[in-house]
Amino acid sequence: MSAGNDIAIDVKGLTKSFGGREVVHDLSMQVKRGSIYGFLGPNGSGKTTTIRILCGLLTPDSGEGTCLGYDILRDAEKIKRQVGYMTQRFSLYQDLSVRENLEFVARLYGLTDARGAARDMIKRLGLSGREDQLAGELSGGWKQRLALGACTLPNPKLLLLDEPTAGVDPKARRDFWNEIHALAAEGLTVLVSTHYMDEAERCHEIAYIAYGHLLTHGTVDEVIAKSALATYTVTGELNGLAAELAGRPGIDMVAPFGTSLHVSGRDLAALEASIAPWREKSGLHWQKSHPSLEDVFIELMGRSKDNFQ
Amino acid sequence: MSTIRTTDAIGEIRGRFGFWRRSYAMMAKEFIQLRRDRVSFAMIVAIPVMQLLLFGYAINTTPHHLPSAVLLQEDSDLARSVLKALENTAYFRFIYEVHDVDEFDNLLKSGKVLFGVEIPRGFERAVRRGDKPALLVAADATDPVAASSALGSLGMIVQTALAHDLYIGAPPAPPFEIRAHARYNPAAESRLNIVPGLVGTILTMTMLIFTALSVTREIERGTMESLLSMPIKPVEVMIGKIVPYILVGFIQAFLIVNIGVFLFGVPVLGNLFLLAALSTLFIAANLAIGYTFSTIAQNQLQAIQMSFMFFLPSILLSGFMFPFAGMPNWAQYVGECLPLTHYIRIVRAIMLKGASMPNLRFDALALAALMLVAMTIAVTRFRRTLD
Repeated sequence: MSAGNDIAIDVKGLTKSFGGREVVHDLSMQVKRGSIYGFLGPNGSGKTTTIRILCGLLTPDSGEGTCLGYDILRDAEKIKRQVGYMTQRFSLYQDLSVRENLEFVARLYGLTDARGAARDMIKRLGLSGREDQLAGELSGGWKQRLALGACTLPNPKLLLLDEPTAGVDPKARRDFWNEIHALAAEGLTVLVSTHYMDEAERCHEIAYIAYGHLLTHGTVDEVIAKSALATYTVTGELNGLAAELAGRPGIDMVAPFGTSLHVSGRDLAALEASIAPWREKSGLHWQKSHPSLEDVFIELMGRSKDNFQ
Repeated sequence: MSTIRTTDAIGEIRGRFGFWRRSYAMMAKEFIQLRRDRVSFAMIVAIPVMQLLLFGYAINTTPHHLPSAVLLQEDSDLARSVLKALENTAYFRFIYEVHDVDEFDNLLKSGKVLFGVEIPRGFERAVRRGDKPALLVAADATDPVAASSALGSLGMIVQTALAHDLYIGAPPAPPFEIRAHARYNPAAESRLNIVPGLVGTILTMTMLIFTALSVTREIERGTMESLLSMPIKPVEVMIGKIVPYILVGFIQAFLIVNIGVFLFGVPVLGNLFLLAALSTLFIAANLAIGYTFSTIAQNQLQAIQMSFMFFLPSILLSGFMFPFAGMPNWAQYVGECLPLTHYIRIVRAIMLKGASMPNLRFDALALAALMLVAMTIAVTRFRRTLD
């Protein structure tokens, strides 16, 4: 427990392969207690595998660490009692009702008043009136609320949420994040994987993982600062500009954002040299700006593709 | 013009052969999937081979060397000659020699022997005096097929036995008679044999399927991931999945036995509570085996296939369809590993012979052992992680 009591997850050198393909490579991370930690990365980058290792569903090939102070290799059973895991695919019983699903979970965790706990959770989730509906008949947003309710029911200390908002409408997504912040405020640690940039910005800290490698981590501002990416925002007559700029020396990325264009590069001098001919053009307005988190991630993704594929 | 006509023609040909193309596409896809499904592939070979071997080698409807006992109340040369003559028919094999009537009855009741020969005290002297004493051959006729050919051979015995011993040449009248007594099912009614066997066969089929799907279903529906992330142990999952179906099986058994009694007139001579208790054990054993398949199978189809592969020998080698004693040794050993074999003995013994627990101790213990073995395999095979 050298890491102290304020660290919920502390793992070093996690590696996991499936059929000779390395899915997680030498991954180390620390998550503070009570924080919301965002886990970002493209599809197939190893996010789900890492989460499954943390909650004892997979055994790492190598590496070590603790989760809530328990050894992830030896104390999987103890970890399971205090961790709520929400799977990417809805994994409660479709042929049980909302209430029956919650009571089942409550009983598995040995809650003394399973009925009462389920009743309270139904109220908290706003599912009153739907408690006897079969889980399989709920819409995507309600299924997701129910799944969150089921994994918070036994009062875990750590929540592992694997792309919890995939395929959910914006209103439900916002409600969901409000709920997660409320839970974190109560002292719960949350590790959440996502593809959405706006969700990443709601996290206290984020980590970016691609091809099994953890590429960067920190607060959103730290991650942007660390990227050393220089960005210019162009507005005005943009017709054809993106195609003209792409691929020029110093320009690593050109991305349209509504009526503007983000032109970014790792080397500021080279970037400025390349865009110089267009800066004087009338009808175009150039402004040096900060890269967005998305700029940083897309750049990281492009770079990691070169390195690991 | 000509180019247009050509493309039209091609279109027409495509239209006409579209049926075959699409059927071919479907066929090709099915073949690819079949080739990837190793278990189905194995079934294609295993089912016919297994059927043929079982039918060809193991099944014998005129069984020989049937296990028999002799109640020897007199040890005389004549008695020995009679036994020798019985063995020479190749139908009887004496594996027990007892001197007590109760012991003799218990051997028949428990199914350890199919025949019992009683040589009464003073047999040889009575023969020499010309009293024409009777020699009792008691047959367990619960399975009429197994007993009939052996019983039919008895008529010849007297002559052959005497030819060696007492007289030279055929006597004018046989000096003693053999009285065959078909116990438990004197009229050789096959329904008395089939109905109790059906109790076990039907239960095997339904119970296996119930639990064989239980774990694979969780995996296929994705609920296993949640379940494994929660604090539940493999033994607890197993108990939770088996116990509800014990009740289901019990209701089934109750139904079948009632239909057997009231519709087919099959008696229940033994204790109903004993029948209920041992049926519950049998149901649990089958559920445990089905559950074991479920922990081994990759998907629901494989689980069904495994159940089927288990069900087939259960029907053929358990003594349900064909006489158990008539099978070669290897087939009998296989049969002893099937719960149905033991249950069929139990249910026939209780219903038709009025057997009690001491007669059935071996089969009850065998059922319990098979259940525990299956459960142990299931618990160790149960994957606690998604690795």
